[in-house]
Amino acid sequence: MNYTELFRAMLPEAVLVSGALVVLTIDLLFGRSRSFEKRLYTSVVVGCTTTIAAMYAVFSVGSLPSVFGGVLVLDTLATATRLGVLMLAWLTLTLAGSTARPRHPAEFVAIILFATSGFTLMAVAQQLLVAFVALELASLSLYILAGFDKSRPASAEAALKYYLFGGMAAAFLLFGFSLIYGLTGSIELPAIAAHIVRHGSSPLLAVALVMVLVAFGFKAAAAPFHLWAPDVYEGAPVSSAALIASASKLAGFTLFVRLLWPGFGPASGSVSSAVGVPGWLPIVACLSAASLLLGNFAALAQSNLRRLLAYSAIAHAGVMLLGVIAAGDAGNGPLFYYVFTYGIATVGAFGVIAVIERTTPCQRVTDLAGLHRRSPLLAGCLALYILSLAGIPPLAGFFGKFTVFAAALKLGGLAGPAGWLALLAIFLSAVALYYYLVILKQALVAAPCSATSTAAPSSRIAVPADAAIVLVFAAVVLVLLGLFPSLVLRIF
Amino acid sequence: MPAFVCMNALPFTIYVSFAGALLALAAGARSNSAARWIALITAVTSFALTLLAASTFVPSPGLQTIVDLPWIAELGIRYHLAADGISLTLLVLTGLAATAGVLFSWNIEHRVGEFFALYLALIGGVFGVFLSADAFTMFVFYEIAIVPKYFLIANWGSPATREHAAMKLVLYSFAGSALVLAGLLWANAAAVAHGAASSFSLNDLAAAATHFSRGEQIGLFALVFTGFAVLAGMFPFHTWAPTGHVAAPTAASMLLAGVVMKLGAYGCLRVALPLFPVGLSFWQPTIAALAIIGILYAGFIALVQDDFKFVIGYSSVSHMGFVLLGLAAANSTAVAGAVLQMFSHGVIAGLLFAVVGRMVYERTHTRQLADLRQLPLYRLLPFAALTFVLAGLASMGMPGFSGFPAELTILIGVWKTAPAWAIFAGGGILVAAAFTLRAIHVSFFGSTQLSAAAASASEPTHADAPHHYEPITLAEKSGAALLLAATVYIGLKPDVLLDWITPALQSPLMQAALKGGSL
Repeated sequence: MNYTELFRAMLPEAVLVSGALVVLTIDLLFGRSRSFEKRLYTSVVVGCTTTIAAMYAVFSVGSLPSVFGGVLVLDTLATATRLGVLMLAWLTLTLAGSTARPRHPAEFVAIILFATSGFTLMAVAQQLLVAFVALELASLSLYILAGFDKSRPASAEAALKYYLFGGMAAAFLLFGFSLIYGLTGSIELPAIAAHIVRHGSSPLLAVALVMVLVAFGFKAAAAPFHLWAPDVYEGAPVSSAALIASASKLAGFTLFVRLLWPGFGPASGSVSSAVGVPGWLPIVACLSAASLLLGNFAALAQSNLRRLLAYSAIAHAGVMLLGVIAAGDAGNGPLFYYVFTYGIATVGAFGVIAVIERTTPCQRVTDLAGLHRRSPLLAGCLALYILSLAGIPPLAGFFGKFTVFAAALKLGGLAGPAGWLALLAIFLSAVALYYYLVILKQALVAAPCSATSTAAPSSRIAVPADAAIVLVFAAVVLVLLGLFPSLVLRIF
Repeated sequence: MPAFVCMNALPFTIYVSFAGALLALAAGARSNSAARWIALITAVTSFALTLLAASTFVPSPGLQTIVDLPWIAELGIRYHLAADGISLTLLVLTGLAATAGVLFSWNIEHRVGEFFALYLALIGGVFGVFLSADAFTMFVFYEIAIVPKYFLIANWGSPATREHAAMKLVLYSFAGSALVLAGLLWANAAAVAHGAASSFSLNDLAAAATHFSRGEQIGLFALVFTGFAVLAGMFPFHTWAPTGHVAAPTAASMLLAGVVMKLGAYGCLRVALPLFPVGLSFWQPTIAALAIIGILYAGFIALVQDDFKFVIGYSSVSHMGFVLLGLAAANSTAVAGAVLQMFSHGVIAGLLFAVVGRMVYERTHTRQLADLRQLPLYRLLPFAALTFVLAGLASMGMPGFSGFPAELTILIGVWKTAPAWAIFAGGGILVAAAFTLRAIHVSFFGSTQLSAAAASASEPTHADAPHHYEPITLAEKSGAALLLAATVYIGLKPDVLLDWITPALQSPLMQAALKGGSL
């Protein structure tokens, strides 16, 4: 037990929490008499500085095999995820600075920072208790963020739905953890794995695994645990939705892939041959298939832009689960690449929505009509994000799909469900292109329409400079990572 | 080393096209004519680059590597560009069609910069596909060529059907490419399972595929060939082609029929055939049957169309059927003929769409044959009439034009494999002559006099129109002359292309497919 080492390993979290406190203090001391814009601006500047300082802290810590008796692990996946969530949080914060109108700007920024510290902790947890605490730290912050817009009932509805589903999932997770502790006598992942290897599987372990997977399904927005996603994406403030869709997902997948493979790997079963071996892999494969089918087909019917993005997120969760299945053989590289680039494209898409909402409402897909004339910059960036989500080369979304499918097909080819799942996902990507093109048709082809002519929707949209920089940055990252995926893959 | 240097110019066709796309986009915000000139200069430059390479090309069996760099080491993916006689033929075609397409879209006034940016991005993708020797590289360029089509048609197409047609076309293409992607990933996984290192190089995949089981070969061939053949307009996956061609703006129709359909056929020839020869011999009769059905069925449909552009759209499907039949026959003669037909049809289809879409429709504002029959078009638009008659003759396969040596070579080759196929396909040539002559007759020579009777018999909207049309512009004339010159030149000297193509088919890879495929 080495407390210096523990402090060093948790330096990024320490930086984030201190930053949040600084934001609150500054606003409390100097903010009350200032204008809203100044308070928001100050908070966001401090918040962004904090995330960048935390990134530096992540770099300076480097990797450590096992911290504080195996409570934390700072391997490649952990470091990459920490940097990834910090970058996504930084993008979200910067966009919030020029678009969000929260009633309490300092609290909004501080809670984003608290959530981020939860994400970075999720990335390094190697013990059931720390994992649970980190997950709850992130989740509680996200519930508040979802309901932060007190002026809109939809926001409150989103928060309540998210909270109820999330609370239920947390209860399942905790129950599962306690069963595992009871079975194996340990809360540390390596010890649990060793115990499963020694004593084999048991019915009680199966119950525990199912409970863990319920919580995983909730966090990943995988069918059939996806019901909160459309309402939260639709009702929550845009910046909160962006954070929930991107950074939260990346941290969640890292946490659960660590629980499942290093922790419960010996009970994984198999999906690489026709006669599968029972374990958690067949369940994940079912979740993946359900998410792919439900997400893609339900998205076809959406007319609300944010609900469409939510269903597309469910479909993407299906591919990510395929990446979890493949992570046992192919390592975490493909999964991380996929979730990270997905997060960037999603933050970008929500950022575009946020900038549009400064002038006109942007709920329905048709609200995007004529975007190419109202703001060529926004239309161009949105095209890149959406095409990346659709998986069109040379954007990062394409290579993400490519590497996940390649890894999944190598699990025994078409002899087992994993290969067929990959084929299903490939064919459904042609279905997905339809609804992505529906978005782009409005943004790039349709003329500005005046059906909702309350605020002259054909007027030009002014894009604040910082938002423009962030949006272009996200687009450039997608192109760069798409052209040179080895930049990410080779660190794994 | 001039030959070596000139081959090295080929990849710059890709880079020049993409750079031109960005420049046209930037310039289009300020000035429409700047965007036009940038597009023209880009297209002419890439055409000149292909001709430069062609002038010093030394035919040899096998692909001549131009660039080979590691790209994504984790999966063994390389940025590998190479060319042989087949790719060079199609590269020259692409440069030619791109240049002519710009000339025929000189009159676009709406969002000019974006139009040419998408147009040139599409061209860049096409160049990339024809130059790729790595399946991943090829797939990336293939998809880059698909997406701009949606926006070209949805933005600049004919308003009534463009959104439906654009979506249909892109979803068909993308579904096809999903099949190809599934096939490539499966082949890669199977190669790794058979002990090979992960690679997407066509050579490595072909070497690994010799160890695949018969079932794997058959399944993989079906996936990859069908995926590419969707884009080549194979029956019953051809329905995107007529609707897409009809709704597209002229330049996009020219590119779609002239070049993009060739992407599909090229993919079949470059990937499906050499990699999975066992699969080829299994599916050979099926493909031939579908190709013959496509030739005849599309030909008969073209015979009864009321819309001028649909006639040309279905004729494209019919002529592409010959390409697929040549590939299915799987001997050197038939495949060489198929490649020649790709070139020939690319030029002729471009020409036909140019006359119908640009010269006639933009002046008369109707594509209905019933309306055109009322107009003495041969007198009002003599240049268009002359061009269409020549292009029609070429399309029917008259000697002296490129269609003749191409379809003749295919039929000779097909006869070697299965005479019955050649007889059915020969019937297709008769149908082609019938629908082409009907189109020429009804559209340009339907009304032989400029009489008041003809004018009053026509629709009121056209009653006062048909006495004078805006003359054919210089840009249109030069574009038409370019394409006509190409089809006549190849018609008189097909050996220029056959001397490139035939050695390419002698490469060990191709020979494996062509031997394994003969019945």
